[in-house]
Amino acid sequence: MVRKTHVATTINGEPVEFLCEARQSLLEVLRETLGLTGSKEGCNNGNCGACTVLLDGQPVDSCLVLAVEVEGAQITTIEGLSKDSRLHPIQQCFLEDAALQCGICTPGFIMSAKALLDRDPNPSEHAIRFQLAGNLCRCTGYDKIIRAVQDSAKRMAGQNK
Amino acid sequence: MKAFEYASPRTEREVLELLSADRGHTEILAGGTDLIGLMKKMIVKPDRVVSLNRVDSLKTIDANSTAVHVGAMVTLEDLADNPICEFYPAIRQAIGEMASQQLRAQGTVGGELCQRPRCWFFRDKRGLLAERGRAVEEGDNRFHAIFGNRGLAKFSAPSRLAPALIALDARVRILGPNPGDETLMPLEVFYRTPKSEREREHTLEPNQFVSQVILPHPEGRVSASYEVRHGMGPEYPLVAAAASVLVTGGIVREARIALGQVAPTPWISREAIDAIVGLPINYETAEAAGQAAVSVASPLSHNEYKVQLAKVAVKRALLKAAGLETGGLS
Ligand SMILES: Cc1cc2nc3c(=O)[nH]c(=O)nc-3n(C[C@H](O)[C@H](O)[C@H](O)COP(=O)(O)OP(=O)(O)OC[C@H]3O[C@@H](n4cnc5c(N)ncnc54)[C@H](O)[C@@H]3O)c2cc1C
Ligand code: FES
Ligand code: FES
Repeated sequence: MVRKTHVATTINGEPVEFLCEARQSLLEVLRETLGLTGSKEGCNNGNCGACTVLLDGQPVDSCLVLAVEVEGAQITTIEGLSKDSRLHPIQQCFLEDAALQCGICTPGFIMSAKALLDRDPNPSEHAIRFQLAGNLCRCTGYDKIIRAVQDSAKRMAGQNK
Repeated sequence: MKAFEYASPRTEREVLELLSADRGHTEILAGGTDLIGLMKKMIVKPDRVVSLNRVDSLKTIDANSTAVHVGAMVTLEDLADNPICEFYPAIRQAIGEMASQQLRAQGTVGGELCQRPRCWFFRDKRGLLAERGRAVEEGDNRFHAIFGNRGLAKFSAPSRLAPALIALDARVRILGPNPGDETLMPLEVFYRTPKSEREREHTLEPNQFVSQVILPHPEGRVSASYEVRHGMGPEYPLVAAAASVLVTGGIVREARIALGQVAPTPWISREAIDAIVGLPINYETAEAAGQAAVSVASPLSHNEYKVQLAKVAVKRALLKAAGLETGGLS
């Protein structure tokens, strides 16, 4: 019988408790134990960013975080972005700008874009490309993703007025 | 990943109590961006993982009149954002080159300095020395060492922060093995080339850890890092150099120049330092310093190109430190 650890954390504003093995990644627990399958597994080794979530506001590759480490933390996943069944502006812009094809990379890109726009509400194109370099997309060729982030920045600036 | 016991101590003393004296039994977990991957691939298989994440004393940056003390668990992003980096441009530039928000937010100073080599033979479980150096000598060694590679170890030191910190004359504070034991050493002394599979790339005992990096006040020195990279992604540079110089009356009075990705340890270039001290920094003298740096290179069968890159990196790090055009992209 493998020993499991009890972890209490907050995910998308809700208190959550789970049991996990020390060797399980946060991504594994999100997807397999908690059924939050929005975060994707691409490479499972820190290359692709498909598993990006916000941990205490910081973007992290959840495949490289041990689930036992998130005791007491605040986690935001892609499932936490929409409010009252209305998409977050970044989600809406990804849709409108057709910034996805297969969609595997999309949750990670959106979480990374959120982290970027939280820090820098008006990033240059260069800054967007540089800061999102930890997210890989095999389908779109990136240009539409960059445009979606630029449009998100404009839309969010408009909403905050 | 092999099952292991997870420990999450709150104090430096508790960390030491949890670390084993036997190599391989315990591993230290910081941001996890390197360690978790190594554990998934079963390259390291600890029985216990000791996380530093709840040791708050390791997360501070304190400056006094003579030095800045940076805790080992400060994240790369937080270090680069800290106003003290105004005085240490080489640090901000080195971190600024790391093109992944995730790795900068998750990776820590201690983990960056202690990350394991990227050598693909090591990552393919063929050992740190890769079959006593044979695998590297006979195989694809395009990313391996061009200096200090005549022994069994031929990997190149991966840290991007270490050359900058060594140029800035940083020291590390090492705690353990016993509670209360503390050693301060220059960062360049912390690294050493392993001579057997039982040794690591640094001098830490398995029951010691790095608690702080200590940066002396720059006292008027200017510094810069320059990386030669293949692309813009979160990839390692092919070669990097950092320089810190004291210039008065237009003449370099003192210099420290260190290279990364070129030797099994960060590589201080005495030759480049000797070539630039006593002269002004300009295109010709910087180029001569680069040339001097590579005069002692001993490339392997597939990495001669790194000699040219090392020469250029030294030249451009010096030009950049002096605030001159490098001729490069950044
Ligand atoms: C896809 C990918 C790309 C990467 N690209 C880069 C890159 O371009 N440049 C780069 O520099 N790095 C890169 N890295 C490597 C890594 O992310 C960084 O080096 C990171 O800074 C390591 O820090 P960490 O805190 O995550 O370390 P961890 O993974 O937690 O630890 C790394 C090693 O250091 C040891 N350690 C950690 N802290 C201490 C301490 N205080 N005392 C003693 N030992 C300690 C650990 O036991 C472990 O062996 C990359 C990683 C991935 C997955
Ligand atoms: S799945 Fe985590 S970075 Fe690719
Ligand atoms: S849309 Fe397919 S990987 Fe990005």
